Amino acid sequence: MGKQYETVIGLEVHVELATKTKIFCGCSTAFGGEPNTHTCPVCTGMPGALPMLNRQVLEYAAAVGLALNCRIPPLCKFDRKNYFYPDNPQNYQISQLYLPLCREGSIEIDTVQGKKTVRIHEIHMEEDAGKLIHETGVEQRDGQTQEDDIQEYSLVDYNRAGIPLIEIVTEPDMRSAEEVTAFLEKLRRIIQYLGASDCKLQEGSMRVDVNLSVREKGTEAYGTRTEMKNLNSFRAITRAIQGEQERQIHLLEEGKAVMQETRRWEDSKGESYGVRSKEDARDYRYFPDPDLMPVVVSRDWLEEIRSRQPELAEEKLERYRKEYQLPDYDIGILISSRHLATLFEETTALCGQPKKVSNWLMGDTLRLLNERGMEPEKLGISPEYLASLIRLVDEKIINNTVAKEVFQVMFDKGVDPKQYVEAMGLQTVSDEGILKQTLEKVIGANPKSVEDYRKGKEKAIGFLVGQTMKETGGKAEPGEVKRLLKELLDASV
Amino acid sequence: MELLGWTAVELGARIKAGEIRVTEAAEAVLNRIEEKEALYHCYLTVDRERVMAQAEQLQGRLDKGELTGSLAGVPIAVKDNICTEGIRTTCGSRMLENFVPMYSAGAVSCLEKAGMLLIGKTNLDEFAMGSTTETSAYGVTRNPWDISRVPGGSSGGSAAAVAAQECFAALGSDTGGSVRQPASFCGVVGMKPTYGRVSRYGLVAYGSSLDQIGPITRDVTDCAALLETIAVHDSKDSTSVKREDGSFLSALKEGVEGIRIGIPGDYLAEGLDAEVKAAILKAAQVFKEQGAFLEEFDLGLTEYAIPAYYTIASAEASSNLERFDGIKYGYRTKEYKGLHQMYKKSRSEGFGTEVKQRIMLGSFVLSAGYYDAYYLKALKVKALIKKTFHQAFQKYDVILGPTAPSTAPLLGESLSNPMKMYLGDIYTVAANLAGLPAISLPCGLDTKGLPIGLQLTGDSFQEKKLLQTAYIYEKARGVFPLPKERK
Repeated sequence: MGKQYETVIGLEVHVELATKTKIFCGCSTAFGGEPNTHTCPVCTGMPGALPMLNRQVLEYAAAVGLALNCRIPPLCKFDRKNYFYPDNPQNYQISQLYLPLCREGSIEIDTVQGKKTVRIHEIHMEEDAGKLIHETGVEQRDGQTQEDDIQEYSLVDYNRAGIPLIEIVTEPDMRSAEEVTAFLEKLRRIIQYLGASDCKLQEGSMRVDVNLSVREKGTEAYGTRTEMKNLNSFRAITRAIQGEQERQIHLLEEGKAVMQETRRWEDSKGESYGVRSKEDARDYRYFPDPDLMPVVVSRDWLEEIRSRQPELAEEKLERYRKEYQLPDYDIGILISSRHLATLFEETTALCGQPKKVSNWLMGDTLRLLNERGMEPEKLGISPEYLASLIRLVDEKIINNTVAKEVFQVMFDKGVDPKQYVEAMGLQTVSDEGILKQTLEKVIGANPKSVEDYRKGKEKAIGFLVGQTMKETGGKAEPGEVKRLLKELLDASV
Repeated sequence: MELLGWTAVELGARIKAGEIRVTEAAEAVLNRIEEKEALYHCYLTVDRERVMAQAEQLQGRLDKGELTGSLAGVPIAVKDNICTEGIRTTCGSRMLENFVPMYSAGAVSCLEKAGMLLIGKTNLDEFAMGSTTETSAYGVTRNPWDISRVPGGSSGGSAAAVAAQECFAALGSDTGGSVRQPASFCGVVGMKPTYGRVSRYGLVAYGSSLDQIGPITRDVTDCAALLETIAVHDSKDSTSVKREDGSFLSALKEGVEGIRIGIPGDYLAEGLDAEVKAAILKAAQVFKEQGAFLEEFDLGLTEYAIPAYYTIASAEASSNLERFDGIKYGYRTKEYKGLHQMYKKSRSEGFGTEVKQRIMLGSFVLSAGYYDAYYLKALKVKALIKKTFHQAFQKYDVILGPTAPSTAPLLGESLSNPMKMYLGDIYTVAANLAGLPAISLPCGLDTKGLPIGLQLTGDSFQEKKLLQTAYIYEKARGVFPLPKERK
């Protein structure tokens, strides 16, 4: 049996804030748009242009800091990180090194071993860079394409330059991919609840870099770490962590050293490769940005931010248990998305049936979201309609089967269930006279089953109920059908 | 022509009274420029047609009563590191030879709002780095008092243009003395306002924590009027300060009684030209005769101002000038292979020697392992200098001294002895480090017939007191001569 190893993981998480305008100018942060249309002298690094801090960025960043139990010092400052790259219009990025906004926070996560605290080292604000587009063009000189006519060139789009980011840096407190996933899910949920970001890994509004090292179990000192980039999904993060810990253990087992470097994960290949070693590390020549005044963070202002903080998932969990008496399983699903939780609360307020609302949201809603590949935030169902649908079932105006059909139409097209049921004539056939006529028809057409039933085969009644439902186009109440059937069959013995 | 001899405020009054049309004034200045530019080379860009069209338009607005300011219609020159929408802004560098900004600097917008007529863009040391205007990529500007001499710098074009009557007033920028020193060499008035008084938006940054735009004018009254025009809070500059004490013309009252003036002994010590010293002491005597309280005192830290200044200014410059990379605008080398080479060649070819020296110096003092020893230490010195001035202003209203250790040097003299050139900033850089307002005004001629500058420094945002003190001196001194006309 070889040595036992332990994996040590710290994260650097970049989160794009959901402000309407950029961090240092008034340009729109809207996604898309023709290249270089959401730009101005400030975010394209024109000579003489100066940055002005967007207050909303500060508010969101402070709100995240408070929710992550951070210490927020009374003063923070912006620094310049100098490096040349075409996506960086000033060739320096405005970030925070010396006096970041938030320090020393923590998040509690659930692990297989129980609760665990992951410490936050700091949270700082910074601006995003632009986007490079690499192309190959052909420039014909004599009407014919020759080899040297083919030019590779790059274009730069500054629409994204200056989009506000916060970087959340954790301490090396995680020990497995499961813990990382638990941390990130919780972090994402908190930030989404605050409305500070939508935190989508795939779309890049949340970007995770994994710092990972391994050490022999029981040792104090950390091993040499690598930084893994290009992780665009939870799956990629998990796979990259597994791959990297195996790679490092393998090196150590062979008596080789792990090199401190930045690595890039290629999810399609399931492997990573080194992109920059420690020796190549740039000297960013950080210094305080003289264009931005230090930001004074007053206690009063922080209290104001705190007072505006919405109810977070943890608080909802407690309240749902008490107020709605729902099982923890239901609550876990409902609070996984603020939008889902809000829909639940508002619908319940209208119809007063928490468990039924929860069933709709956990069952059909999640199934359809999955089928349609949609995020819960995109859910367009209104609480009024969902409450109305529940009422239609309660009042036996439609049965469960019909309700599921109506729900799907409501989900896709946003129709009013009541109007839809009326327009499509989906009301349950509740007129006993009409129903009895149908039943008699079914009884007459299925003498074998009637015979079986009378011989004591209780199951045969199920077939007859099914036939009746078919005849009514699903619009009868199965319980009612069964009761009437029994009544008819038993009476005519 | 008589008109050219008027001050900006005098011209403004006559334009307002309808005695002179803006087009007449514009024509006179443009003709003067045409006549004198071969000799002095104050300007980098003058667009005659544009100026005349603008003059017509301004006259129209005056006729309709839309413009009521004291300087409406007055031709003004602007240093070419201050952005002007639609007008080439080169910073005296090959790097920005064809750069036409799509926006105007905050200060330029103020001039436009006041109805002033932008006559042209003036020469400067490349990116305002230099004390002679000789580092400009577009040739030297000559001192109108002696064309074998420099006009000072970096706002040499602006100061020379005012002295040569090629405009009625000008804007310069002052990072370590770049408004005051050329004003001193050219026999005109130059002021660096308190840091934050004038918007820096659109001023192409050299040392952002030190840069401030300031007026260069024929007399103190013009200086007050122009400062009043540009001292406006700008929401595009986070270092711009909102204040309600911006009516400087009204501060120009006579009577110096009760004013306490301190003269730092260090400013009269070794290194100061004897003739300059004599003129400064004579000026001090004038204040005494007017009833001011005057005494010599020990300011301290004077020897640390220059190293701290060059460390901070170069550090900020090294970062500020990173945006000039040949990608978005400005000079790009013709032949290159790959991104790295494009950067390297574009910047090597686009920047001149002095700029490259300061970028290298600045990159060095910010680099890992040196940051604490150089940059951080310089910031501490800056804070200490601020403190010594703060203490001095507990005792004095104004600090008096020379603007520069000597009068204008010969062309070529300074660049061959850069250390001497850097030391020439000894009396001016402290005001930038401490963020204080300071004004230079002529106080005599040396035996070579060159103007000598008197520098008055005030406490933070005490421009009114400073201008009033300067005004009193100017009244007592009498009209300062213009340089002799030469053919």
